[in-house]
Amino acid sequence: MNDSHQDVFDNIKGTVGDVTVDNPKMRLSNVDVFYGEKQAIFDVSLDIANNEVIAMIGPSGCGKSTFLRCLNRMNDTIPTCKVTGEMSLDGEDLYGPNLDTVLLRARVGMVFQKPNPFAKSIYDNVAYGPRIHGLASNRAELDEIVVGSLQKAGLYDEVKDRLDAPGTSLSGGQQQRLCIARTIAVSPEVILMDEPCSALDPIATAKIEELIDELRQNYAIAIVTHSMQQAARVSQRTAYFHLGKLVEVGSTNHIFTNPSHELTENYITGRFG
Amino acid sequence: MDKLHLDQHISQQFNNELEDIRNKVLAMGGLVEQQVSKGLTALLELDADLGNEVSTADFEVNKLEVEIDEECIQILARRQPAASDLRLIVTVIKVITDLERIGDEAEKMGRFSAELTETGQVVNYRKELRHLGELVKSMLRDALDAFARLDVDAAIKTAARDNDINTEYESLSRLLATHLMEDPRNVSMLLKITWCARALERIGDHSVNICEYVVYLVKGRDIRHISFDQIQSEFLSKP
Repeated sequence: MNDSHQDVFDNIKGTVGDVTVDNPKMRLSNVDVFYGEKQAIFDVSLDIANNEVIAMIGPSGCGKSTFLRCLNRMNDTIPTCKVTGEMSLDGEDLYGPNLDTVLLRARVGMVFQKPNPFAKSIYDNVAYGPRIHGLASNRAELDEIVVGSLQKAGLYDEVKDRLDAPGTSLSGGQQQRLCIARTIAVSPEVILMDEPCSALDPIATAKIEELIDELRQNYAIAIVTHSMQQAARVSQRTAYFHLGKLVEVGSTNHIFTNPSHELTENYITGRFG
Repeated sequence: MDKLHLDQHISQQFNNELEDIRNKVLAMGGLVEQQVSKGLTALLELDADLGNEVSTADFEVNKLEVEIDEECIQILARRQPAASDLRLIVTVIKVITDLERIGDEAEKMGRFSAELTETGQVVNYRKELRHLGELVKSMLRDALDAFARLDVDAAIKTAARDNDINTEYESLSRLLATHLMEDPRNVSMLLKITWCARALERIGDHSVNICEYVVYLVKGRDIRHISFDQIQSEFLSKP
């Protein structure tokens, strides 16, 4: 960190806005994350609410993706990464002794930046999760889950005649919706999205955004995005990260018309910062 | 406008666009102020030439309104401004609408004074009109000044002065109404004077609007249709 960054960093004192919600799905308190010696997240607290999309925005390296990955313990896969703080899903400690991370990641699903379908058929991509979690007792039930998930992801009509075709044969936008269908298939409660549209064209992006809004009826959704307009379009709450701290959180309406913190203002209006 | 840090975008081009819009609004404000001042002089001095000049110059105000509107639309479409930039563009769109309407009121005064002069009728209400006109002129000037300096205190204090204008207008209206009843032969002249007084009163209302937009621009709060006491207690800085 150079001197000017250090000054900015020192001046971020706590988070502006209410980090808690009345009925949280997930609650994260005083989270610190380290990669080896380097600290990436500093004392961040934030609730994820049911039936709501929360957007996490901020410049590259601000810690928003790292924070998102705390929500389903994806950071565990990085050996040098250490996470501290209190994190819970429906009041249950994410680091509790009885918590199974495989089950956690089914309850808190994730969609990545680049669509990453398995080298399997469209059907098997979606059926993969339900099979390993034993969610279907026979083929008919599995069919129902696969079709239902593809429908919810808004992809079914486009692929219903070629469920045996490889997932990789779809277009980028379709692949991303396939990944969303795969995530939904295991009936998650929370969906994490890490820049889900950055590799997609505007039409595919619009479809995903429409889908996010529909999914909100049933899930809690946290989305990391570099597109401020996307954050403004899809979310109800917005959290602004800077240099590993959570600077401000508030209703998206508020953040995009009259943010309280100068750093938030500078970032969303494209000023030097 | 320094408080908005208009020159600090990463895009220099965007800085230039906003600076250009800001300069045009200030120029339009200056022009409108001048139109009001000339319209009032034409009325008080019964100067038909000046009245006609005001009347014909209104197109310049209209032209600026269209130009600035167009630039704001371009910025909305191409830059998708947020936060203070968004509030600035919205404010500008609203301010220039009121400025254009003020221009229309000035044009009206110019036209009526030319007509009053041509029919050889004397204005008997110079003193009252001058008083009302001076109140309105200074209020408009201060409203534009508050906009240029983004001064919330000045905006709120200026807006409050509309009450004086309304009081002045009402007493002048009563005088004119009485006169109308007593002297039906001069209905045409008296009506024109009434409309001029009404034009001045409306300029006061438009100035209030401009003051309200200044508060929105700086504070992000819409203070329209809120009681003045509440506005004062919430926004006026304590001495």
